[in-house]
Amino acid sequence: MIQIHCPYCGETLPELEFAYAGEAHIVRPESPSEQTDEEWAAFLFLRDNVKGPHFERWRHAHGCGRFFNAVRNTITDRFYITYKAGEPRPDLAKLLEESK
Amino acid sequence: MSKHRLRGRGRVDASQPVVFTFDGKPYTGLKGDTVASALLAHGVHLMGRSFKYHRPRGAIAAGSEEPNALIGTRRGPGRFEPNTRATVQEIWDGLETNSQNKFPSLKWDVGAVNDAAYMLFSAGFYYKTFMWPRSFWDKVYEPFIRAAAGLGVSPSEEDPDTYASRYLYCDLLIVGAGPAGIAAAREAAGKGLSVVLVDENSEMGGTLLSEPQSKIDGKSAWTWLEDELAALKEAGVKLMTRTTAIGYYHENMIGMVEKLTDHLPTLPADTPRERMWRVRAKQVVLAQGALEKPLVFHGNDRPGVMLAGSAQTYLHRYGVKVGESPVVVTSHDSAWYAAFDLQAAGAYVQAIVDTRPQVRQDLQAEARTRGIPVKLGHTVTATGGRLRINTVRVNPLNGTHVGNGQWIKCDALLMSGGWTPSLHLFSHTKGSLIWDDDLTTFLPKDTPEDCIITGASRGLWGVEAALKDGSVRVGEALSKLGVEATVSDYTVADDRVGTGVTMRELPTDRSAGKAKAFVDFQNDVTAKDLRLAVREGMRSIEHVKRYTTNGMATDQGKMSNINGLNIAADALGKKQPQVGLTTFRPPYTPTTFGAFAGYHRGDHFEVVRKTQIDGWAEENAAVFEPVGQWRRARYFPKAGETMDQAVARECAATRASVGIFDASTLGKIEVVGPDAAEFVNRMYTNPFMKLAPGKCRYGLLLGDDGYIRDDGVIARISDERFHVTTTTGGAARVLTMMEDYLQTEWPDLNVWLTSTTEQWSTVAVNGPNAAKLLQPFVKDFALTEDNFPHMSCVEVEVAGYPARLWRVSFTGEIGFEINVPAPYGRALWETLWDAGQAYDITAYGTETMHVLRAEKGYIIVGQDTDGTVTPYDAGMGWAVGTKKADFVGMRGLKRPDLVAKNRKQLVGLVTEDQSCLEEGAQIVLDPNQPIPMKMVGHVTSSYHQGTTDHPIALALVEGGHSKMGETVYIPMPDRTIAAKVTGTVFVDPENARLKI
Ligand SMILES: [Zn+2]
Repeated sequence: MIQIHCPYCGETLPELEFAYAGEAHIVRPESPSEQTDEEWAAFLFLRDNVKGPHFERWRHAHGCGRFFNAVRNTITDRFYITYKAGEPRPDLAKLLEESK
Repeated sequence: MSKHRLRGRGRVDASQPVVFTFDGKPYTGLKGDTVASALLAHGVHLMGRSFKYHRPRGAIAAGSEEPNALIGTRRGPGRFEPNTRATVQEIWDGLETNSQNKFPSLKWDVGAVNDAAYMLFSAGFYYKTFMWPRSFWDKVYEPFIRAAAGLGVSPSEEDPDTYASRYLYCDLLIVGAGPAGIAAAREAAGKGLSVVLVDENSEMGGTLLSEPQSKIDGKSAWTWLEDELAALKEAGVKLMTRTTAIGYYHENMIGMVEKLTDHLPTLPADTPRERMWRVRAKQVVLAQGALEKPLVFHGNDRPGVMLAGSAQTYLHRYGVKVGESPVVVTSHDSAWYAAFDLQAAGAYVQAIVDTRPQVRQDLQAEARTRGIPVKLGHTVTATGGRLRINTVRVNPLNGTHVGNGQWIKCDALLMSGGWTPSLHLFSHTKGSLIWDDDLTTFLPKDTPEDCIITGASRGLWGVEAALKDGSVRVGEALSKLGVEATVSDYTVADDRVGTGVTMRELPTDRSAGKAKAFVDFQNDVTAKDLRLAVREGMRSIEHVKRYTTNGMATDQGKMSNINGLNIAADALGKKQPQVGLTTFRPPYTPTTFGAFAGYHRGDHFEVVRKTQIDGWAEENAAVFEPVGQWRRARYFPKAGETMDQAVARECAATRASVGIFDASTLGKIEVVGPDAAEFVNRMYTNPFMKLAPGKCRYGLLLGDDGYIRDDGVIARISDERFHVTTTTGGAARVLTMMEDYLQTEWPDLNVWLTSTTEQWSTVAVNGPNAAKLLQPFVKDFALTEDNFPHMSCVEVEVAGYPARLWRVSFTGEIGFEINVPAPYGRALWETLWDAGQAYDITAYGTETMHVLRAEKGYIIVGQDTDGTVTPYDAGMGWAVGTKKADFVGMRGLKRPDLVAKNRKQLVGLVTEDQSCLEEGAQIVLDPNQPIPMKMVGHVTSSYHQGTTDHPIALALVEGGHSKMGETVYIPMPDRTIAAKVTGTVFVDPENARLKI
């Protein structure tokens, strides 16, 4: 079982407390009605399906209830970092360097 | 003393005889025996029949890797387990065991004709058979396979045992208590660390139990072992036997199953049969040793053919000679010692056959001294004997040329193809492996976990090497744990180290096409099957595995994987690492469902949520149904009533006078804050900005794809406070969705969301007399049409309790929902129930609720919708606030597919013959079209117990809204039903009945 650091609680806790919530940094457009069909379909359905480091969302469902972001390697399941919703996307190259 | 038992040898207790039965016949063994060792002591080698060919089989090994000797064990009613390995099951007085896969008897088996029908069952048989004509499948193959298939027989009774589940956190977990594991534990002990040492066997010691000749630091192996384990215990190391590490999961979580009672003659009170340990260890040492490889030759599965190292185990640990006149065949030095030890124990070893032309001089000299004939550069090409080996054919090898065979009489054939490091748990960590050409095996390389692997698991042989390696290698873990790494030195005398070569199938002078040289004994996969798979185009080892089923049996290929790889690689003309190894998956050994389920069975399988009114329902004979995790009253039958009769009565009574319903399970979310209205307005399709406090509005929740997700009535309690209701099953999902939008898309909104589902008890009263019944209990507030019209809410005192009183209806009748703080629910219910007697009040359940709402065309999300239904499809365009700037799903509703013509739309159906349709039944337009017919929709709801004079149904039908009055058809197995398409409202379309 993976252990995940909740950036709000500041604790590393078993995966059981968390729920996966899809790819991160997909922002709902400010004015959906101005979106073309293609743009809206992309927002709804198109995801990266990454093999390797993946920016994704988790929710501390059985804890503080907060959604947060994470970078996890989909091959090894290792988390490089978790960070609060709204914080900028971390520099991946730097993260990978630090994790060595 | 049984015939083949050596008095005073082994670790069994000669003073404690134990009687058990095998296929109904009693046998006497000794305390400490396994079923296999006890049977072998009586000369019984035949222990089962193989899975596919029903060939007679005996124990080939002495431990958990055993593929052949699978038995059923029984301890009275309910306690039956199939596929237990006889080599692991300890005996106790009264244990009943049975052989498997035999009919009518183990010695005379009809299914053995499969053996003759060999061609039928060769590699890829299952896949090829599926492609044959269907009639063949039904009439020939399926009955044949069904009769032959199945490993053992499933238990049919409920398991009376209990299974426990525990967590364990430690600094260091050591898996495997052989020399390497014990040496690692010694360095870790007494340093203030929590250290756990586990072993799957009934006692610790590993190879020291099987080969006790070595002297460690001047002590005999068993004295050293005893002293060492006592010292570890003294130092606070937690020692766990009969505990198998079944899987290595992320971040050093190891699953372990501890067997507590399977070896006991009487079951101790209040003790679980097994305990599943979920261990989180800061550091892990894997010291699981190595497994011996069989040799692959024609007839290598005959009872009496056994691994040489296992014969050593039976001799030294159990004091059992597996044969009086054995032959040894090997490509590795280690089997020579088995020959020496058996000869020393009084057996007459007929020959040591070694495939290698050159073997160490000291081994040859010792064989000569002991008078054992040696045949170097020889191969084995066949065995003879019906239910037990009695002869073996040995041929000289000259390069690749196989000379003439010579038959040698024997009663056992001990084989060794060398040793394979046990890398199962290491592989679970996604550890990488590296091919070692000298050892012809994979060795462990890197692992992403905090894990160290030591001893024979990484290709080291001999006790001294294992001890030293364990002592040194654990140092890395100790340093990471912040304690000083120390190293003990060990001196081992009479250690046995050796080398060998790896063979594929042994060379033979016979037709390879006819050879039954088994690689996977449990799944009956031969070398020929593997080569056939490659000839038929399988290139990846994973494909070869699935095509032949090599390594897919319950032993997970512990013996067959490497032999299978060597043969497949040869057939492909590639090196082994280019072909690759199949993936090892947990569990390491077969594990009971009980161990995984733990406490989660029976009443503890799932949480049962009960409302405050549940007790009243139970006392009043309600029949319950699960909804989400709630237990809901489905209907309240009077004596002798069927469900249909009860529901018809409840429906009629509610429309005639008044019905009372427990609506407490409805999901409730309190939405509070300055931006509460804005938030609700953005989430739901309907306009909410202008909804006045004291008013309710039906709300429809979509996903951003435009499909209906949930619905419910929403009350505006005050400017900044909404009481939102959701479907019973959707409560958690809706709150999560709201939180998602609030936290991540609109963090600027000042809103708080709180789940209040369990804070309120909700009592619904519906019917023409509902207002009359309720009015006397409502303090200073008139329940009139003017003062409290439909879709209003008020905070008021009801029957002395603070309440949120709503005027809403899910039945089409005058309706109220009274929300009171949860603990008052039952008292309020009983007050209304007592007063309601004057109006013949009737309690109704979810079934009546479903019928009454369907008569009004009110949808149930998840029943009349399926995640692909829009508000327009459902005929609920009126609920969509098209003038709003945005709401969740607004843009989605304009997607091309959602505005396309001929979408499935919700309609009513009335059958022409007054029959009641089946929910889920498919609908066609032309019943005479050829099969397969074009299906245009399905029935979503259907009832016949309601207050209309005919059954009603709701259905999703392509273009349904423009098919009013048309006839559609519902083909059923026995007939085709015609139905007229109607609107969805069957009762009171003018809503006159809602008026007080
Ligand atoms: Zn948290």
